[in-house]
Amino acid sequence: MTCDEAEVMLHALIDDELDAGHAREVETHAAGCARCGAQLASYRDLRQALRGGNLRYTAPPSLRRSIDRAVPSAAATDRRTLLKGFALGSLLSAAAAASVTLVVLREDRDERILSEAISAHLRSLQADHLTDVLSTDQHTVKPWFNGRTDLAPPVIDLTAQGFTLIGGRLDFIDGKSVAVIVYRRRVHVINLFVTQGVGSSLQAPRMETVQGFNILRWTDQGLNMLAVSDINREELEEFGSKFEQAARAARAT
Amino acid sequence: MAYEGGGDRGKAERFRAAALPYLDDVYTLARYLLRNTADAEDAAQECYLRAFRHFETFRGGPIKPWLLAILRNVCRAEYARRGALTAVVDNLEEAENKSDGLWSEAQSSPETETLQRLDGESMQRLITQLPDAFREALVLREVNDLSYREIADVTGVPVGTVMSRLARARGLLRTAWLAEEKGP
Repeated sequence: MTCDEAEVMLHALIDDELDAGHAREVETHAAGCARCGAQLASYRDLRQALRGGNLRYTAPPSLRRSIDRAVPSAAATDRRTLLKGFALGSLLSAAAAASVTLVVLREDRDERILSEAISAHLRSLQADHLTDVLSTDQHTVKPWFNGRTDLAPPVIDLTAQGFTLIGGRLDFIDGKSVAVIVYRRRVHVINLFVTQGVGSSLQAPRMETVQGFNILRWTDQGLNMLAVSDINREELEEFGSKFEQAARAARAT
Repeated sequence: MAYEGGGDRGKAERFRAAALPYLDDVYTLARYLLRNTADAEDAAQECYLRAFRHFETFRGGPIKPWLLAILRNVCRAEYARRGALTAVVDNLEEAENKSDGLWSEAQSSPETETLQRLDGESMQRLITQLPDAFREALVLREVNDLSYREIADVTGVPVGTVMSRLARARGLLRTAWLAEEKGP
């Protein structure tokens, strides 16, 4: 061990940071080297002097109190937690109540619309109630709605796609007059109810089965579409997608 | 709610029990690092607030080094606020670059000379006059009683650097001490 190494290592020695092997090396060097031996002794002396003197400061009581106040006390936390609990609890129950109310109301209205649509569909199947304007020509059916409803329903001929346009009529759903476009698939009738919707975003179609009828609903271009039929779900879905495709194509031209 | 409340209260209580016994250690280091009472009090308070906020991140083990590391960061922010950060770095680099000079200075003092006992206040003053990096290492070792490993963690330097800084700090302190005994 050189003196340069020993000069630094002797501090680790007096700090008791050396393993037995290194400690012995430093001690051996210091024993055989007058200068390093003297240094070791002098730093042990310094260390002892430092240990003997009170070098610590005592935190003023005011600082201790101030920190004590800043860290939430058990009692304060209790009160706050209790308040937070109450506030959160009432918020939660209010939100829960609101959502329950919303669901109840929506289901109410939904159910009414669905049952009214089915009633209208059933009524339409009775003799002479299916159409007010009987035409397979969309250019005849579409203008017929002008002045009869406050919206311009998309009237689209889907004969090529397997759904024959047979006409249109006015009906009443949810207390409002609605445009109905009537299609035929083989011997089955599809009534497409078109009402004014909210917003113009496309909402994904929803399929429901009510009283044995399939009902497909979607929203596009600010219009609510509701198709009712006794055809199977797959075919009604096909109708919906064909209708939307053709409607997009019609808008594009 | 009950769980959350219990957790909050538990946290505050655990923090008090674990951290408050080391307030004197924190305050002491703050006094040596910042060199004045008011700043040291502010730093200690800020240290405890930060420590409480981040108590979840404390991974167990001795809490004293963790608290002192937080305090050191608070003090460095205070250095920066004072605009003294560059001075600290310059001070340190200058001291480390002039190591030969400092060492020969330390070595020039007679090794056999026994140190006269100084009163605590004089010793504190001498330590306070050491350059920052050396003062910090010496206080963490001699006053806060941290191991080399803990000092390395607190100050973010290798253990070897801790050792050489301590050697330097003691050399400087001893020289200043002997000069103090001889009087101006």
